[in-house]
Amino acid sequence: MFRNNYDSDTTTFSPQGRLFQVEYAQAAVGQGSIVVGAVSKSHAVLVALKRQAEELSSYQKKIIQIDSHLGIALSGLAADARVLSNFMKQQSMASHMTYDRPISIADISVRLCDRAQTHTQHAGSRPYGVGLLIAGVDGKGPHLFEFQPSGDAQEMVAASIGARSQAARTFLEDQVKEFESMDEATLITYTLRALIRSQPEDKVLSYDNTSIGVVGLEKSFKLLEGEEILEHVKRAYRLEGRAPEEYSENADEGGSME
Amino acid sequence: MNHLPQAWGRPRDDVYGPYNNSYLQTSGPSQHTQSPIVTGTSVLAIKFKDGVVIAADNLASYGSLARFTDVKRLLRFNSRAVIGFGGDVSDMQYLTRLLSSLEINENYSVTSSTELAANNLHTYLHKVMYKRRSDFNPLWNQILIAGLDVADNPYLASVDLLGTTFSSPTLATGFGAHLAVPIMRRVCPDEEAAKELTQEQAVETVRECMKVLFYRDARSLDKYSIAVVTKEGVDLKHGEKLEKQSWAFAEGIRGYGTQVN
Repeated sequence: MFRNNYDSDTTTFSPQGRLFQVEYAQAAVGQGSIVVGAVSKSHAVLVALKRQAEELSSYQKKIIQIDSHLGIALSGLAADARVLSNFMKQQSMASHMTYDRPISIADISVRLCDRAQTHTQHAGSRPYGVGLLIAGVDGKGPHLFEFQPSGDAQEMVAASIGARSQAARTFLEDQVKEFESMDEATLITYTLRALIRSQPEDKVLSYDNTSIGVVGLEKSFKLLEGEEILEHVKRAYRLEGRAPEEYSENADEGGSME
Repeated sequence: MNHLPQAWGRPRDDVYGPYNNSYLQTSGPSQHTQSPIVTGTSVLAIKFKDGVVIAADNLASYGSLARFTDVKRLLRFNSRAVIGFGGDVSDMQYLTRLLSSLEINENYSVTSSTELAANNLHTYLHKVMYKRRSDFNPLWNQILIAGLDVADNPYLASVDLLGTTFSSPTLATGFGAHLAVPIMRRVCPDEEAAKELTQEQAVETVRECMKVLFYRDARSLDKYSIAVVTKEGVDLKHGEKLEKQSWAFAEGIRGYGTQVN
């Protein structure tokens, strides 16, 4: 069996200059269910497809509010994301406590990266196995950052991470110039359409398996779930040219897609 | 017998054994500042409709000695905040260094979203002062923060060595809290009045108060700094002289000083 001599910890480079543990962590991000995000000049939106571990369980939590101006969507190890979200909540509160101002999105992303990066340089710890989309509004307007376990965060116009996210990215790339001028509802619809495109024909978005997080210049972060997302999803299906009746209230088969 | 001078008058070692020093403490409790040394006196500030005026004289006293006469006690933090320090001058210098490093971090940071406004700065200084007093090692100052808040409204607030904070359209530290505040309140009794006050009126009131303080406060100077913070930025002038002084009133003072009756 093939054995990789350079992947036992993150302190050893391979002769090709790769850190395999970091790459494996990034592979874990690719295994998670898909999340999509986009920004206009007034809003930032996150949408996510939630998995149900088993028929009797609840759906996983994909979007976490950090502060009134900021939220994240995760793909990968949910436990790692929970820990990172606690860290982000602490940083956010520290900014309120020390300066009486909401933390900037770039600032909290950099702090998150600093923390993640240390796990790529020390033996005996593993990188975080989760990727995040960080969406929020600060003094410089709405922002979207894509965070990777390598300790890298990139500001994006639109982004998607997780299983089958390539199809969503292809759709987003086609619209890249349109996002800036979109209003809230349109932005949500487009991100949902990217989500729909990433899924096979028989996989239907339902109010059980879809979450939407939205934040705007004049609007604090809001997590939409259940009935609240129905109109948005219906409109997205309509624009995708799929019959609205295919999307119905009892189309709630939310089980795992693999 | 030991004939060395340091042993004179002491119990003899050959009779009583060597002296046991162990009860003497080699390290005591840590000592913190228990009083200010070189001090600055009053800082005055008043809000008006477009901003805030703040002033402080240029004297640093060593007790009752007028030791330094060119000390700048107003610090421009950025284009929307000025800080005035009363109390210990060395602690003021420490805070100045602390604030410079904060300002540099803010200005060179790619990630900070907006310039720190006066209210952000006030919260920060409050945390610094309260931390230090809770360590039983206070920074011996009373500080006024004057400028514009996040929403570009005039902002004026105080924090002292105990970490106590309060805010008012007129504020003064030290002697000014007794002598200048009543005068400033005549012009600007409340927030509504501050919204009506013009810059000229506010500056004139502050200059008048600086004059009254020079008449009455023996630790004050006729040379002072004055700053006006508005949306246009900070207009900070050092080394202003008190004009049109009139000491005629001094003739009428009876009961202390050289004229006892």
